[in-house]
Amino acid sequence: MDAEKRSAWMGALIGIGMMAAVDEIVFHQVLGWHHFYDRSTLAVGLLFDGLLHASELIAIVAGFFGLLALRKRGELDLAWAWAGFFLGLGGFQVLDGVVIHKVLRLHQIRYGVPLLPYDLAWNLAGLVLMGVGLALLMRARKQRGGGRAFAPHPSS
Amino acid sequence: MPSHLTHHPSEPPHPGAAGAHSAGMDGLLVLAVVVLALYFIGVVRRLRSGAAWSAFRSASFPFGMGLVLAALAPPLATLGHTDLRMHMVQHLMLGMLGPVGIVLGAPVTLALSQLPAPTARRVVRVLHSRPARLVAHPVTALALNIGGMAGLYLTPLFARMLHDPALHLAVHVHFLAAGCVFSWAIAGTDPGPARPRDSQRIAVLFGAIAAHATLAKAMFAYGFPRGTPFDIEAMQDAAKIMYYGGDLSELLLAIALFASLHAKRGQRVAKSPVRVAAIGRA
Repeated sequence: MDAEKRSAWMGALIGIGMMAAVDEIVFHQVLGWHHFYDRSTLAVGLLFDGLLHASELIAIVAGFFGLLALRKRGELDLAWAWAGFFLGLGGFQVLDGVVIHKVLRLHQIRYGVPLLPYDLAWNLAGLVLMGVGLALLMRARKQRGGGRAFAPHPSS
Repeated sequence: MPSHLTHHPSEPPHPGAAGAHSAGMDGLLVLAVVVLALYFIGVVRRLRSGAAWSAFRSASFPFGMGLVLAALAPPLATLGHTDLRMHMVQHLMLGMLGPVGIVLGAPVTLALSQLPAPTARRVVRVLHSRPARLVAHPVTALALNIGGMAGLYLTPLFARMLHDPALHLAVHVHFLAAGCVFSWAIAGTDPGPARPRDSQRIAVLFGAIAAHATLAKAMFAYGFPRGTPFDIEAMQDAAKIMYYGGDLSELLLAIALFASLHAKRGQRVAKSPVRVAAIGRA
């Protein structure tokens, strides 16, 4: 894997972790609408939340240190890292919204209310973030080599 | 002994207040002060002899030990007995945040460099012994740490502890010791029985975060510790403190762990041709 892709993947790791944290903090804890796994008892729901929580915390820390390692080697490409970050944010939402909510049906966003507005809002927000990520990715690709943080030269 | 160490504050009588203070707790407090003083003496002697000792370590150990001292000192120790929220704050300082600071201060490395050679060798022999190896294994350390918490909060042990000074002391010693062993197994730099593999450290930290978060939320949802004079509101507040405080110390541990992996990788990279090429390019 080349430096650009590695930068993008580390950005994506942070993005996935951050959106998982937003999901967990806002919906699981503050609003208390759902848990990651709602098809069993409350205790099982809490256990899956704990696993999600551990994953997001480690993903964020690992992602940041991945970026640091790339910078140390002079391989960090910030344009690709930002693109990856937004793709990670939106990608988590869409994956969660489609696979977890609809295909596996592990949980729904909220219970006892019409789901459609919630599903649309969550997935559309995810698609918008992914769109931003894709736009950043295209721009980074166009400027290939010009966005390198530690080997700058005038972009063509 | 300074009077504030033995002074018993005149708190209103409470079913549990009898166990808050004991000679054992005072002894633990004095021991912590002595260890902190020894650390300072060690750092000064080491620097005088011309050997280096990092400022980070010199600050980290007193920070961790300071948290432990504050948790054991009479004001918080007494409050922790009558107020579940304060107990949880005390528990976080004593068993989670304090140990992270202590372990990152590398006290064993310092001690080994200052002790006479035969004594240092004896210490190393104990560290490498079979029981030490068993206790310091990341999986055992995890079980002692989070398992100890589950055992205290989910069983009648907590209610018993409020009336039994000896048990109270044992619980505090366990929290401190298990916290230190666990922090060392995850992110410690001190020499120990066997260096855990990096992948094992990450996996055990993952398990610990998940287990701690689940335990805290279960205490919130189902109302633990039971059989105590505390109401459900106090239990829920305490569980929240446990959840977020535990998160903070686990985040610090994760950062310390990945920083050490990063430094190790940096040493390898510094010698590799990739680095040479990167420098050449820049």
